Amino acid sequence: MSATRTLVVWCPDWPVAAAGVGSAAPAAVFHANRVVACSAAARVEGVTRHQRRREAQGRCPDLIVIERDQARDARAFEPVVAVIEEMAVGVQVLRPGACAVATRGPSRYAGGDHALVRSVVDAVATVLPAGAACQGGIADGVFAAGMAARHGDGIVVPPGATPEFLAPFPVRTLDRPELADLLRRLGITTLGQFAALSAADVLGRFGPEGAAAHRLASGLDERPVSGRVPPLDLTVAVELDPPAERVDVAAFAARGMADELHTRLSSRGLSCTRVRIEAETEHGEALARVWRHDGPLTPGAMADRVRWQLDGWLAGTARTRPSGGLTLLRLVPEEVGPADGRQTGFWGSAAAVDERAARALARVQGMLGPDAVQTAVITGGRGPGEQVLLVPWGEPRPEPPEAERPWPGRVPAPAPASVHAAPPVAEVVDGDGRAVVVTGRCAVSAPPARVSIGGAPWADVTGWAGPWPVDERWWDPPAHRRRARFQVTTSAGPALLLTVEAGAWSVAATYD
Amino acid sequence: MALAAVRSLDVARELARPTTTADEHLLPVAPSVADLVPGAGLRRGTVVSVIGSTSVALALAAGPSAADSWTAAVGMADVGIVAASELGVDLDRLALVPDPGSEWAAVVAAVLDGIDVVLARPPAHLRPADARRLVARARDRGGVLIVVGAWPEGADLRLTVTGREWAGLGDGHGHLGRRRLTVEIGGRGAAARPRRAQVVL
Repeated sequence: MSATRTLVVWCPDWPVAAAGVGSAAPAAVFHANRVVACSAAARVEGVTRHQRRREAQGRCPDLIVIERDQARDARAFEPVVAVIEEMAVGVQVLRPGACAVATRGPSRYAGGDHALVRSVVDAVATVLPAGAACQGGIADGVFAAGMAARHGDGIVVPPGATPEFLAPFPVRTLDRPELADLLRRLGITTLGQFAALSAADVLGRFGPEGAAAHRLASGLDERPVSGRVPPLDLTVAVELDPPAERVDVAAFAARGMADELHTRLSSRGLSCTRVRIEAETEHGEALARVWRHDGPLTPGAMADRVRWQLDGWLAGTARTRPSGGLTLLRLVPEEVGPADGRQTGFWGSAAAVDERAARALARVQGMLGPDAVQTAVITGGRGPGEQVLLVPWGEPRPEPPEAERPWPGRVPAPAPASVHAAPPVAEVVDGDGRAVVVTGRCAVSAPPARVSIGGAPWADVTGWAGPWPVDERWWDPPAHRRRARFQVTTSAGPALLLTVEAGAWSVAATYD
Repeated sequence: MALAAVRSLDVARELARPTTTADEHLLPVAPSVADLVPGAGLRRGTVVSVIGSTSVALALAAGPSAADSWTAAVGMADVGIVAASELGVDLDRLALVPDPGSEWAAVVAAVLDGIDVVLARPPAHLRPADARRLVARARDRGGVLIVVGAWPEGADLRLTVTGREWAGLGDGHGHLGRRRLTVEIGGRGAAARPRRAQVVL
């Protein structure tokens, strides 16, 4: 049984293109300090994937550095999928930047495979961001079609000729680094050599994952039984009331759905490799998109894809955006296979602890709303509160900055244990009872002697340091702030971080 | 004969017993605050009340956090995240519920279900029935509830900061450095006899 004839449309260096940088400018997208994608111009200068940031910038000093944002990639790709959908039904998104569609019907309509590739690529070119390119290829099966699309534009592998087409490619193209490494050491360097092994031997030696790779190398679909339609009751649907207009609200609901779908599947010993995300709006519009994945989709991976898709719909261009809020979300597993059972540790592993915590926090979000539970990331900034970025639980946490940069005027460690969101008003006077003021040249009128917080009794100052001036955003008059900070210890209570701004004192933080 | 069989069973049980390096009911604490807790660990299923210091509460959470436990802070909108990180709390495993509103008790109960160390600032008027329910929940789930403030039900361990001395701050110069805190320790069980300890944070 040969694989389904498939067209894959592939946009090279999509994360760079989605960021709006043309291929002529040297640019690279980074995640965790490593290059995940770079433009053609950067590649010419010697930038490659997995390179460290410093090395990449060393090779190409005027490199444009872009942080990875998968939601942005997916959002920019949505118009591409929409335009292909107009020409052929059943588009499956492989990842932002690549999608596949079965060619049987569309090819006949267009007048052959070659004509189909040409017309699809031309249509896609009209909606691509400036500077982006796209290539198409047709072969038997998604993997081979993807290889054809990457190999050159408009390659059509004749039906049945896919194994010969794949044979000369190196084994690393299987995208399974450990297996490829092992195969190379066994003397198997090309897909053709790998495909020549007997399928039973490969399964015996390399397990289900090796067998799946062997099927790919042989020009077959990854799974022996393709497109098994699962029973209906696996569909998970959630009605949104009030309708969700914002991505985060809908994505929060989607996370619970992904968990539930995963539970339903795993209770039947199944895993999902292709999921259809459906949505209905308050004006009766129906949206649907299919996402396909090489391996089984974990609940997290599925929730990610749903969020990207919702982002593509709700934050997209006017062409694709629905006219109203979403009232219904549905996850339909389109293709399921047996789960390759992975045994978790007998004694609760670290992952089990994380999962238990995640469940508890999800319940709190259910009680109070998605924004009520937060996680914190430390970023740059001067004040003890400004250094912290709060991210709702479940949203991707931004990478902390790679290196500590100097922030002139930052209060030295240790940091205060309580940072007041609403700083209490304070009064500070010198030995003669006159209010202490700080001049424009940052000089103190007299040493502070006594402090009172919010009208409380006066406390004697036992030690003080300051003023540390903070002159922020002087280039932006409305946001311009000029403050001075003091650290003060008193005879009563904990040490204080005081702020004076335009003559008014307040307690910014407490070292309690 | 029967006796010999029983003896060998005893031996077998002794051999088969999993060896544990520490008491399973204790969560490890950082060395800086080990003096404050009996047995140098936080006993699972107990309530600790810390009065007069957020830093001590954060420092107590640092040890379990370093040992892969999760930490949550409920009703502590003012908690200093940078201080928490400096004291050793892993921010990757810290969840914040800054404003639980009127649902304080329900949120703490829900969080205790899945998180080992829960820091919480109780509302001004906490009902004794809610407090009792949370004590039972902590005991049932094996979590530690660290209350920043007084606890109406009498905590298992009560830490009251009575004195503070700062190093590093002069008269118009320097900056705050380390602090020496005097802590009065009371509570139940191993902590029943009142004593006093000093910690440097």
